[in-house]
Amino acid sequence: MRIATLCGMGFGTSMMLKLFIDDILKAEGMKADVVPWDLGTFKGQQADIIVAPKDMESHLRSATATVVLINNLVDKAEIKTKILAAIHALPKSG
Amino acid sequence: MADSNPSDTFRLSSLISSATVRAKVKVKDWEDATDVVGQLLVAAGKIKEDYITAMKRVLKELGPYAVIAPGIVLLHARPEDGVIEPCLGLLTLVDPVPFGHSENDPVDLVFALGAVDKQAHISALQQLAEMLGDSEKLNEIRTASQDSALLKILLGEG
Repeated sequence: MRIATLCGMGFGTSMMLKLFIDDILKAEGMKADVVPWDLGTFKGQQADIIVAPKDMESHLRSATATVVLINNLVDKAEIKTKILAAIHALPKSG
Repeated sequence: MADSNPSDTFRLSSLISSATVRAKVKVKDWEDATDVVGQLLVAAGKIKEDYITAMKRVLKELGPYAVIAPGIVLLHARPEDGVIEPCLGLLTLVDPVPFGHSENDPVDLVFALGAVDKQAHISALQQLAEMLGDSEKLNEIRTASQDSALLKILLGEG
């Protein structure tokens, strides 16, 4: 499973999100490939879930992945709730 | 588990100083706030004036997503936009100003980050994020009325 974190600049918020999500997944005993993207390079890349700050949604209108929007990027509880809900909602393969 | 060597962990304390932190500042609007925090970093020799213009451009082009949490904006641009040394500036505002975010406006904590490369500042950013996720710490930051007190809180000495 691939989770991408999106930020306008390729570092900063997408790295922060990646670090939080890595922690959350580890605590839940889940494995996923968490990759930070930036706006300039993400088109054409694949992910199952894309996590982005609210207000970036306009850049994700054409995304085929599940999009998770976060209001408070430093609120682990919000990130955890939303990411786990998105993971559980993914269509099961096989 | 990816553990970084303590010797190459970027401490938050290496990014901030009494020159880059101001408590209870009055600003007119988001542009003024960006100018004020940017000028602190310019005066401290950490960024070029161009970086201030770049931070404003990023906000205008990409939208106010930099308001990462209620009341908190993290201004930044690319290293090549004019960062001399890694740095973090902070203004706490007397009166919050809107930055245009649909949910997290208005802003009273204005952070400005200058990074020189992607990896170097990540652990500092994580420390900042941990601190901002702690509501007691946030409250202390918001209520500090003196620069020196604010700096102490950020350095974990408060």
